Amino acid sequence: MATRTSKLSTTTPASGRAWRWLGATPMARRRALWGIALVAPNVLGLLFFFGIPVVMAFVTSLTEWSGFANRPPVFVGLENFTRLLGDGDFWQALGVTTSLLLLTVPVGMALALGVALLLNQKLQGRAIFRTIYFLPVITSTVAATVVWTWIFQPRYGLVSAALAPFGLGDLNWLTRPDLILIPVAVVVIWQRLGFDMILFLAGLQNIPRPLYEAATIDGASGWQRFRFITLPLLSPTTFLIGVLATIGAFQIFDQVYIMTARTTRGGVGGSATTLPLLLYETAFTESELGYASAIALALFLLTLGVTLIQLRLQRRWVYYESGAT
Amino acid sequence: MKRALGEDLSLPMRLLTYAILIIGAVVMLLPFVWMLSTACKPPQELNLIPVQLIPQNPVCFENVAGLYERSEDFNNYLRNSALVTLGRTLGQLITCSLAAYGFARFKFPGREIIFALSLGLLMVPFQAIMIPEYLLIRQIGWLNTFQALIVPGIFSAFAMFLLRQAFLQIPLELEESALLDGANPLQVLWYVVLPLSAAAVAAFGVITVQGAWNDFLFPLVVAPTNADTRVATIGIALLQGQRDTPWNLLMMASFIATVPMLLLFVVLQRYFIEGVSMSGLGGR
Repeated sequence: MATRTSKLSTTTPASGRAWRWLGATPMARRRALWGIALVAPNVLGLLFFFGIPVVMAFVTSLTEWSGFANRPPVFVGLENFTRLLGDGDFWQALGVTTSLLLLTVPVGMALALGVALLLNQKLQGRAIFRTIYFLPVITSTVAATVVWTWIFQPRYGLVSAALAPFGLGDLNWLTRPDLILIPVAVVVIWQRLGFDMILFLAGLQNIPRPLYEAATIDGASGWQRFRFITLPLLSPTTFLIGVLATIGAFQIFDQVYIMTARTTRGGVGGSATTLPLLLYETAFTESELGYASAIALALFLLTLGVTLIQLRLQRRWVYYESGAT
Repeated sequence: MKRALGEDLSLPMRLLTYAILIIGAVVMLLPFVWMLSTACKPPQELNLIPVQLIPQNPVCFENVAGLYERSEDFNNYLRNSALVTLGRTLGQLITCSLAAYGFARFKFPGREIIFALSLGLLMVPFQAIMIPEYLLIRQIGWLNTFQALIVPGIFSAFAMFLLRQAFLQIPLELEESALLDGANPLQVLWYVVLPLSAAAVAAFGVITVQGAWNDFLFPLVVAPTNADTRVATIGIALLQGQRDTPWNLLMMASFIATVPMLLLFVVLQRYFIEGVSMSGLGGR
């Protein structure tokens, strides 16, 4: 064993002067080689399957290309982006995505916080409730959306049955442009709630118990404790969930694809066509890969921009303990 | 419960809390119940008014047969989903634990920048690169193949990051003593590091399994047309797209595809929840 080690450290290239950059001692150089060998498979794989596409995304967005191999891409500069600005379909999809964002993020977060607050008490059966609320998270979005599509069927669906006494049993949830986003938002919220709840619960557990005891002794009401202890101390968690939910809302695809598969894909008149669905359709139905790449880039920049705005705004309302002391 | 959670509630508050939680739980569970109930209904019971929660003449097995009559290859789709899930999870476990260990414990030139660049990929949603991904897969001749469904999925910056975090928490002394005993880094990883981070590995494993089994967009882009490599989610989407597919068969298909994850969840619930906490805090 000892001879093998010494052989490695003296006669491998790692010992030569040219290999100095790897490390100062033969031992350090050997460790460096090991390190490189260990990270290489994943790093090269990421580079090939995700790094190259990132670069290609930029290049493709500057071309006009049907994607057929016998018709090479034509460089068109920024034409795709100017077309984007004047494209009604793009603005409509942006509107749909924004509507879903506004429908799902605040409501979903409020519900998740409510459930987490209720479950963060001395209660029998906490674990069972937690399990039940978490179940939708592990379900496939496709299967979940198929079920909710059935639930929102006009006349024979569960929702229609529940609303029938109010004379609303005949609403065509899935074909009316003004209604379609409601079932979509319901699926999104139903599937996300357990995930946000778990994060909120973790955040609540981190709030020091004595703070509440002290506040109670000082005569603070339940609402005051919630308003002045729970909310501020929970704000880093709230912020994190807000950012994650927003990013998630920009990516809504499966739900609208499946929910409108039986009627008009993307909703009647594009009423349920989110940006990702528009991008998919432009690329794979219309075969406009260059223009679709421009939509993809816009989607990415929008997500990034909104996230950066949230990061900037967090200083105003997110409370970090280290900053306060 | 291991943790004290505030003072005892007064009886009315307690009842109110339970009432709200139970109503919420019913809403959360109803789609599952309705899925199973519809999956066992004969066609003539589908459009009854008022709706029937319990089928009057349950025909579960007939509907399974009906589903396979309509979608002969549905078993293959399930098998393909299992294959893709297994391949991706095992592959990710290998590549990402190797890389996580390399980044956690070895110094080499460019380590910080390579790590940062890999994490930078997490900022890019798949949708933003799905077109070049499709072009790349087509270019290397992998469209509609299992390689396309599995291989890109075995590389992950996210899993690498999570595992690195876990590995960093292991006391260095344990690894060093193993090294002094003449073990090489691979042996240290396998015999010391991985067993000591079993909980994190399990948590990462279940979220990877869940993600792979339920994946829809990636297979839709890289393997859209070949029935031989079709996964279950795509199979269900196709059934949904055929407007004459009866709802009871669709519910049966959804139910069959959901059961494996439900079972896994019941058995490994703790790791699922840990995985979610980790993934939430990890930034995705």
